[in-house]
Amino acid sequence: MNLSRRHFLVLVPAAAVAWKAILAGTPEEAPNYNQAEHWWGMLIDIPKCIGCGNCVRACEAENDVPEGHFRTWVERYHVTDGNMTNPEVISPNGGKDGFPVVQEDAGKYSFVPKMCNHCSDSPCTQVCPVGATFVTPDGVVLVDQKYCLGCAYCVQACPYGCRYIHPEKKVADKCTLCYHRITKGLTTACCENCPTGARQLVDLKNPNDPIHEFLKTHAVQVLKPQMATGAKAFYNELDGSVR
Amino acid sequence: MSSFKDAGHLFRFAGLFVLAFVVFLVVRHWVVPKTFGQYGHYRGASIGEIASKPVEFAGHEACEACHTDKADEKKAGEHAHVNCEACHGPLANHANDPAAVTPVKPDTTVLCARCHTASAAKPKKFPQVAPAEHSNGMPCQTCHNPHSPAMDAGGAK
Repeated sequence: MNLSRRHFLVLVPAAAVAWKAILAGTPEEAPNYNQAEHWWGMLIDIPKCIGCGNCVRACEAENDVPEGHFRTWVERYHVTDGNMTNPEVISPNGGKDGFPVVQEDAGKYSFVPKMCNHCSDSPCTQVCPVGATFVTPDGVVLVDQKYCLGCAYCVQACPYGCRYIHPEKKVADKCTLCYHRITKGLTTACCENCPTGARQLVDLKNPNDPIHEFLKTHAVQVLKPQMATGAKAFYNELDGSVR
Repeated sequence: MSSFKDAGHLFRFAGLFVLAFVVFLVVRHWVVPKTFGQYGHYRGASIGEIASKPVEFAGHEACEACHTDKADEKKAGEHAHVNCEACHGPLANHANDPAAVTPVKPDTTVLCARCHTASAAKPKKFPQVAPAEHSNGMPCQTCHNPHSPAMDAGGAK
């Protein structure tokens, strides 16, 4: 083979890139799962949420979430005046035990489930000094708890308050989008247990996912869009008072 | 060569630099985990570690594979979209070994009220009752079949 220097210089980096792609592959523990085929997010349909707290309890059961901390929680917004800046917000025990009954029907109410938005330009991963938190190739923000120092920079950096320091492990902890479930073809614990379908796991890389049609036909918003975090928790009919 | 005549001290100093660099490479190889940098600035193996955690909720498909009668009953009723473990709790252990782990039946007095207790904050279309007036403290399943709860759809017991 007669290889000119010019071609050699082109081929070597190309081969290096190709070899890196081969080495990347899939996680060993999920042999039938290809990260390159997915880009995960969540659809939260506010008009469907009844504030039962099933998602909070399911998350706790699935992920051993420590008492007093939440990977997902539900807030109840109550807006009585025309001013969207002063909503009355409650979230007793993260909404885990439901919400107090309301008799009088004044103003507007909405239940807003909150969780990690699995941002594609996540502020939390950018501040980690040791590379212990990251966005996976399939769009999930995870924490490597063996590598985390527990410095809590990420806890401060998250604009949605979705991270906490685990009281026993002393490392950052957060929603994994049930990565151990979605890589096995299951949905997340919160979506599996939502009785009204208010929460739905969505795969933005799957052309057959109903999310594409939903985004085209509904008034969908993400939280704090002005921060350009690339949030992938899509809220249907989100009230302007929600922060 | 005459220009290098008195440069011995420079070579010794350069040697020190080379030695320090080699030591750095060796220590780095030893300290940095093998998979660090596999996908990005993090330990690639941690993705697999997180993915390998066992599941607690088996998922409704696992339930429906065996409990076909209940699945069919539920499919026809108002609770078609409510998955099994939303009421029955996490039962992956039962799905893995049905004989060893027997699920406990949920108490409908508490369970149904979690969703169906009337509150002005809930969406208007959602069916709601004040449990005390509605049933006088009787368990809901006295009248309703939880898998197909509507009274007019043959759901009544």
